[in-house]
Amino acid sequence: MQTSPNIVAVPAPVRLLMRPLPLLPLRLMLERLVSGLIRRRPGLFLRLDHHAEKVFLIDPTDLPFVFRLKPDPEHPSVEPLRRERAGAWDGRIAGPLGALMGMIHGTFDGDALFFSRDIIIEGDTEAVLALRNALDDAEIDLMEEAAIAFGPFRPAIEPFLRNVTPVAARITGLPLSRSDENEVFT
Amino acid sequence: MAGQALLKLGPVLFNWPVEKWADFYARIADEAPVDRVCLGEVVCSKRLPFYNDVISEAVERLEAAGKEVVLSSLALITLPRERKAGAGLAKDEEHVIEVNDLTMLRYLEPGRKIAVGPLVNVYNEGTLSWLAGRGAKHVCLPPELPIASVESLAKAGSALDLDTEVWAFGRVPLAISGRCYHARIHKVSKDSCQFVCGLDADGLPVKTLDGGDFLAINGVQTLSFAYGSALGELDILMQAGVNSFRLSPHDCDMVAVAELYRQRLDRKISGDEAQAKLAELLPEAEFANGFLFGDYGAEMVKKAERQVA
Amino acid sequence: MKPLELVCPAGTPAALRAAVEAGADTVYCGFRDETNARNFPGLNFSRAEMEESIDYAHRRGSKVLVAINTFPRAGAPELWRAAVDDAARFGADAVILADVGLLDYAANHQPGLRRHLSVQAAAANPDAINFYAETFGVRRVVLPRVLTVQEIAAINREIECETEVFVFGGLCVMAEGRCALSAYATGRSPNMNGACSPASHVHYKEEGSELVCGLGDFTINRVKKDAPAPYPTLCKGCFQAGDYQGHVFEDPASLDAATLITEFASAGVTALKIEGRQRSRSYTKTVVHTFRKAVEAQAKGLPIMANELQRLTEGQTTTSGAYSKTWR
Repeated sequence: MQTSPNIVAVPAPVRLLMRPLPLLPLRLMLERLVSGLIRRRPGLFLRLDHHAEKVFLIDPTDLPFVFRLKPDPEHPSVEPLRRERAGAWDGRIAGPLGALMGMIHGTFDGDALFFSRDIIIEGDTEAVLALRNALDDAEIDLMEEAAIAFGPFRPAIEPFLRNVTPVAARITGLPLSRSDENEVFT
Repeated sequence: MAGQALLKLGPVLFNWPVEKWADFYARIADEAPVDRVCLGEVVCSKRLPFYNDVISEAVERLEAAGKEVVLSSLALITLPRERKAGAGLAKDEEHVIEVNDLTMLRYLEPGRKIAVGPLVNVYNEGTLSWLAGRGAKHVCLPPELPIASVESLAKAGSALDLDTEVWAFGRVPLAISGRCYHARIHKVSKDSCQFVCGLDADGLPVKTLDGGDFLAINGVQTLSFAYGSALGELDILMQAGVNSFRLSPHDCDMVAVAELYRQRLDRKISGDEAQAKLAELLPEAEFANGFLFGDYGAEMVKKAERQVA
Repeated sequence: MKPLELVCPAGTPAALRAAVEAGADTVYCGFRDETNARNFPGLNFSRAEMEESIDYAHRRGSKVLVAINTFPRAGAPELWRAAVDDAARFGADAVILADVGLLDYAANHQPGLRRHLSVQAAAANPDAINFYAETFGVRRVVLPRVLTVQEIAAINREIECETEVFVFGGLCVMAEGRCALSAYATGRSPNMNGACSPASHVHYKEEGSELVCGLGDFTINRVKKDAPAPYPTLCKGCFQAGDYQGHVFEDPASLDAATLITEFASAGVTALKIEGRQRSRSYTKTVVHTFRKAVEAQAKGLPIMANELQRLTEGQTTTSGAYSKTWR
């Protein structure tokens, strides 16, 4: 799969359905996820170093909104915003959601996505590189993080996510969870 | 300025016709106010045979004129014929050999007096003192070193009783490769290169796609487009302990260039005036001193700006 | 026949674990500072991570080499010496060094620590290699990427120490450790700072239908929007020289010498090195796995699959580089 990765775009009907979604609940959910993730991985900041103070625009080009990420250790924030209201940023990384998630989940290699122009980097290249390398070492699984973010409801939500994620991944083609060590060899 | 400083003429890095090469050294012998002269092919072993017949004559003439001759080795020794050339050079026990590839240390007895060229990686005191232990008497520092490192090394050099040299004039050698870029852009193979590098007596300029001047190629070597010049800053360098300045030959009036450096060393002319005259001598050239004084090599930092910074 | 040793890159502890799990005999990595030649943002190992990672690898039967392959700064040797001392303390299987002064230090102060000669020392012939082996007790030399397979075989006939050759990854077109191109444009160089064409000086800009790549004040490339993007490395840029316009120094391609593994084995090579400490754990996993299969196949006399990894490479094309003579 690594030799010919299929980066699947979010299907158009899904995109349409997402367009009117209110962003506030998503924002609250993401903030919870990110602050938990960061709390449990102090190493991430050592890698980010002074780039932790910067503003990153994560731009999934096939979604109707973008994420404005400030990984500041004291007050981390992720804001989902309409693309036209993205505001100022230091580094921007843009590409289909599948590519971005695949990078976080260790399914795809960031440089390879860059060579093939599946992702685009703009602005503070060094900061984007630091973020990418820090995330790569963190071995994040967003679904796991999401489950944890549900806090006391985790036991209720986790089996659901565990069952639904692979199905959703198969239907959408998106790398929704961390690439398992052996997956690539099959 | 503190103490005495020497001028050393580096080897001709470019592929000059043999008559031009011989005339050049004849004139240097007779007219140039330099103390030491390096001779020999550094860049490409394919050019070596051209100069074999004329080198001893040039050496004699330079020595008769009171100049100390240093024989320069190749910068990248890979092929059997290149190893043979290196070993052969080391057999000349009458002259100081300038090591431009550490392979040469295999051929030179420990303790024998040697010079170390700018293409050897001498970045710190540990390496400098190790080389001094092997017999290094003059060491030209890598051109990419900033003034702080130069100062630190010159201090160590003086304690080790060797001459510390910096790149003071000429396109700066930036890289050496197994691949020949002249051959590549002329679409000939390296083995049957027809010596196309001989078309460019100062190297072939490489421009960016926006038309900006950037680099110059000289066969397997890549140089800066800008001519390195420390002429405006010789006093600072001497204060830092540098006591030898290297002038790299170009297809211009090198005697006049050497005279400018000599006048500056003798304090007969100011740094700014000397640099302005150098620019008159080479109206087409750009100059840079950024490795020593700037944020990056291609910069030309004016004295005033540097003092503010 | 014993398979050739596979020496694999790790920019992070996660990549090291991925390499070990994918079948690396040996992993090489560096401390998070300017002592190693991949001093990139967000990369490399803290002291604690190095200690843990060496332990992790050893428990799984893999070796760890610590690259300390930049040239110590004048007046500040402590950082580099501490790296050598700490590598020894953590039980590293060898250090990979390039600087003569540092080799001398390691030989005198950590004589029990195995010394490999980094490619940054560009020892390109038997005399140079024997010089390093005899003077500093170097046990293995990483050969510069400028040699043909025949030359490598000839070298191995004349030397006592082991050789390691690059088999996959980014290709330096210049003699390694002897290139100041990056410093000329940015002030930062592989030798001094452990970074070539550093990200801090790289900028991409879209201009009409083109992607423009700048390094410091210089435009190093312009590509059409749909063409593969090149690494923002100076020597892979497009320039104008005389009537020639294009890749003056090197085409944007990566080395893939998988098909030459059998020849390397007959040439007396001990180890195969994969470049890419700056790449992700996904790259490490995939490349190491592919080459594990390849060296096992070679040892059994089976055919080796070619071109499996094209997608991971610069310009998405591969070359056997200088290993075939036409490259020059």
